[in-house]
Amino acid sequence: MDSYDAPESTPRQCASSRLKDYFIGATPLQKRLESVRKQTSFIPTPPRRKIPQCSPLQEDVDPQKFAFLLHKQWTLYSLTPLYKFSYTNFKEYSRLLNAFIAAEKQKGLAVEVGDDFNIKVIFSTLLGMKGTQRDPEAFLVQILSKSQLPSEHREGKVLWTGWFCCIFGDSLLETVSEDFTCLPLFLANGAETNTAIIGTWFQKTFDCYFRPLAINAFNLSWMAAMWTACKMDHYMATTEFLWSVPCSPQSLDISYAIHPEDAKALWDSVHKTPGEVTQEEVDLFMDCLYSHFHRHFKIHLSATRLVRVSTSVASAHTDGKIKILCHKYLIGVLAYLTELAIFQIE
Amino acid sequence: MSVLRPLDKLPGLNTATILLVGTEDALLQQLADAMLKEDCTSELKVHLAKSLPLPSNVNRPRIDLIVFVVNLHSKHSLRNVEESLHHVDATFFLGKVSFLATGAGRESHCSIHRNTVVKLARTYRSPLLFCDLEIGDFRVTMAQRLVRMLQICAGHVPSVSALNLLSLLQSSENPSLEDL
Repeated sequence: MDSYDAPESTPRQCASSRLKDYFIGATPLQKRLESVRKQTSFIPTPPRRKIPQCSPLQEDVDPQKFAFLLHKQWTLYSLTPLYKFSYTNFKEYSRLLNAFIAAEKQKGLAVEVGDDFNIKVIFSTLLGMKGTQRDPEAFLVQILSKSQLPSEHREGKVLWTGWFCCIFGDSLLETVSEDFTCLPLFLANGAETNTAIIGTWFQKTFDCYFRPLAINAFNLSWMAAMWTACKMDHYMATTEFLWSVPCSPQSLDISYAIHPEDAKALWDSVHKTPGEVTQEEVDLFMDCLYSHFHRHFKIHLSATRLVRVSTSVASAHTDGKIKILCHKYLIGVLAYLTELAIFQIE
Repeated sequence: MSVLRPLDKLPGLNTATILLVGTEDALLQQLADAMLKEDCTSELKVHLAKSLPLPSNVNRPRIDLIVFVVNLHSKHSLRNVEESLHHVDATFFLGKVSFLATGAGRESHCSIHRNTVVKLARTYRSPLLFCDLEIGDFRVTMAQRLVRMLQICAGHVPSVSALNLLSLLQSSENPSLEDL
């Protein structure tokens, strides 16, 4: 099915292909953009992106399993490949991370591995959270508060959740050798201090690097178009955009809310090729919104910065915060975010 | 005169005039100030315009170099430049027009993809310069560069013409974009 190089291709081949890419100065994403922008219309423009569909792997999985991932605000990070990470050592990792967190929280005091304070760390895999068979399994880290009474073996409440995943990460998987596990997208929910501590532990143990993933206005308008294009049975939220106007002394915010069915109708009038979204369609969709606003308020929204996009499928903020509302398009949303994360790593 | 032509006026003695076109008033003003501070044997004149066409009732000298400034943070500035380009005569594009893209440093604020401006510059066969005009040092360097380009376009540098400079500046970085 896939015609990619087998994983046992020599590192030298990988290095030379990367060198060639670096030399020409175009990443695969830029190459794809260039091919879409060709003005000659004899060659049909290749599809820019597929509208997120249910991936065939996801249909085997019970949607209830991922219900806890929805309706939560996740902060996004991009993560370089993990060195010598193993899915079988989860118990060991839990113990080490537990001790590390305890040590950080009680800086200066000696801590033995095995002492529990009132928190517990759990590693678990998220089966089915992948785009193709080649993607590594996603896994989840949770910090739970343990109840003080040992007689009641109740699971405490979840204080912090973080999960690592890779959806359709083929462009990164091709270039990386066997010892590395590629899970470029990291999502965290919970206190910032916990995220920092866990990030430090992962960076020290697996020689990787976290970077906050910011989403610029260009990508936000892509998300708006792709999510409006998704077919939904019923809409649970209005489609809303938020722009930030750069002016002194403090910036103004402009919020624009549209009924989701009107947004879908506008998209359908702009959209031509079924199943794909092109750059021209995204630009036209946003230009329609801008010109409508200009006609009524005489404000050029195109001179401001798009900061937040919120639809019934998901909502995203430019600081790298995302909330997914619809389980049907979960994989599609994550696929786009994985692409952005890979782009940031490269 | 609604269309700018390069040779419709006589040149002033030892004078070189540059026209900066763009929606970002503050940045253009700062760039103009930086250019005027430069040491230069020719007398420099800097004109600023929000968009073309220029008002025809003003007496202005011959324009030697036009620089279109696009702010990557604002689609509005790109549209403005695209519309202004219609008011420039085709003979201007033989080395006397240049594009300047600002704001590429803050990736998170960009609403235009870099390739869009690259494509625009390729379509008009003109050089594209990237510079964050908000940062003082980069602005000074860019001002020096523009002054040099302006002197060549005004013919004040012996044995180098605007067309020579254009062919020198054509880079072979992205061969895949060459076939337009």
